[in-house]
Amino acid sequence: MTQPLEIRKKQYKKLVDEIKPRPPLVRNTLGAFIFGGLIALIGQFLLNFFQGQGLSVNDAGAATSTTLVFLASLLTGLGIYDEIAKYGGAGTIVPITGFANSMVSPAMEYRAEGLVLGVGARLFTIAGPVLVFGIFSAWLVALLYYFFR
Amino acid sequence: MIFLKAFIVGGLFCVVAQLLIDLTTHKVTPAHILVGYVVGGVVLSAFGLYQPLIDWAGAGATVPITGFGHLLAQGAIQGVEQKGILGAFSGGVAAVATGITAAVIFGYLAAIFFKPKG
Amino acid sequence: MVAPKKIGVQTRWFQNPPVILGCATIVGEKEGMGPLGHTFDKIITDSHYHEKSWEKAEQRMLQEAMQMAVERTGLSLKDIDFMLAGDLLNQIISANYTARNLEVPFIGLYGACSTLYESMALGAMLIDGGYAEYVLIGACSHYATAERQYRFPVEQGTQRPLYAQWTVTGAAGMVLARQGPGPVITHATIGKVVDLGQQDPMNMGAAMAPAAADTIMYHFIDTGRTIDYYDLVITGDLGTYGKELAQRILINNGYDITSRLVDCGVLIYAPEQDAHAGGSGCACSAVVTCGYLQQEIQKGHYRHVLGVGTGALLSPCSSLQGENIPGIAHAVVIEAG
Repeated sequence: MTQPLEIRKKQYKKLVDEIKPRPPLVRNTLGAFIFGGLIALIGQFLLNFFQGQGLSVNDAGAATSTTLVFLASLLTGLGIYDEIAKYGGAGTIVPITGFANSMVSPAMEYRAEGLVLGVGARLFTIAGPVLVFGIFSAWLVALLYYFFR
Repeated sequence: MIFLKAFIVGGLFCVVAQLLIDLTTHKVTPAHILVGYVVGGVVLSAFGLYQPLIDWAGAGATVPITGFGHLLAQGAIQGVEQKGILGAFSGGVAAVATGITAAVIFGYLAAIFFKPKG
Repeated sequence: MVAPKKIGVQTRWFQNPPVILGCATIVGEKEGMGPLGHTFDKIITDSHYHEKSWEKAEQRMLQEAMQMAVERTGLSLKDIDFMLAGDLLNQIISANYTARNLEVPFIGLYGACSTLYESMALGAMLIDGGYAEYVLIGACSHYATAERQYRFPVEQGTQRPLYAQWTVTGAAGMVLARQGPGPVITHATIGKVVDLGQQDPMNMGAAMAPAAADTIMYHFIDTGRTIDYYDLVITGDLGTYGKELAQRILINNGYDITSRLVDCGVLIYAPEQDAHAGGSGCACSAVVTCGYLQQEIQKGHYRHVLGVGTGALLSPCSSLQGENIPGIAHAVVIEAG
């Protein structure tokens, strides 16, 4: 306790790192692989189904995304998505379903703050940054393409 | 065969994200993963690497949020081809309009009709 | 000139030790199913508690717990000189609205999860100082309101790290009195804010452990006592790993209290309840102190207890801005009456 603060901080960081439990890497990555894979597999089934209905590749892709987003919103609303995510980890974040979950979950919880500033604004808590950076980087790519194609 | 490839590629995208979360500091949240993956998809697409992956793995490459980045990038590039510089502004969002609209509609409805369990 | 009731650096003693006259607790379903479930007065199974929002549910729990505590003592709200309470929500709204409804002179407190102990220490000072006959104190927290304020919305799919803790849903009220039957508060050691550079808002135990160790150590230095004096040292919500860290810091400084140290956060949930490192939140130390601990002292299982409320002083904005998470801990000596 008499040592300078900086040294105490360093020593404490070492102690915390020593005692802090490591994440169960094998279980987590396996969970991510299986759940991420399964969602992609469902996507593939949907894609084939919509193409079988005579949709073009692009339209079938859009229909697949729409269906997955619908399912994820429903599961989030029913309180099931977060239970799956306990096991799926990143496997339930990275697919488009994770994007839908990140929109629905804050919007639902902030419902009590009203339709405009509660639901309306909170839908974009995470989707907002995703759109900002996605749109901005795609615009930048297109701009470079325009000048250097 | 395409089903197996979709499963494996879709799963691997998530494994990488899981490692990013588990092996880095607490500052990498799901929001950072989603943003990073969309931008990653845009960049891979710009270098022409993403379309071959879709051709090979189908939904394994389109279902992860990187596929969303790919659509944005390809939309913006096609916009430039059709309308010049103005297309860089309109093409990207137009290409992902279905996904965004679906997410807004279903998200809004879910928030209205369901009460969080906690 | 040193204040007459001050001993050492951070400790105060009470000339006429104030009495813990009565307590009441309300908890959520998960806490009710835990190992201490039988020690709580009321268990609510609906996390909304028939209210429109979780915030309203939290406020209602606090109000009921505080009213129940007063009823138990046979007093009425008119007898209460001061109400001291706090919670985790922005601007301590649960406590403010409770005070609005109870219409008792109110001092709002914020000590994060240490709030009940902060209230006990101050309440005891008000009574022993001659400023109050009866002081009503309370604290509450709710899993869903705390998660969405400090971390992620509860329906968002995220994996909680193994060292994460589970915010206790519950509320507790306690009536302190100048005289009467019950356990007494003999000393209070007010903690300093201690910051050893922790930044992870999921790892509250690590942020609070240095403060807990600091306060416990100064309590021993100030009072000249050793661990042998106490049957039990009970910390607020360090959790499994925070408790381990506090033990290690104390051992490194020559105080081995391992055999007498327990933590409310470790006690409140069973390992299979998926709470990972244990409970946290204002209600954690509050419901365990007002439920389990108070009953154990009444039964005579413990005679000399050092209770240490622990708090992590972060806000969502400070952690986004990359600030450290400092901790605080307040200790109170509770003796069988």
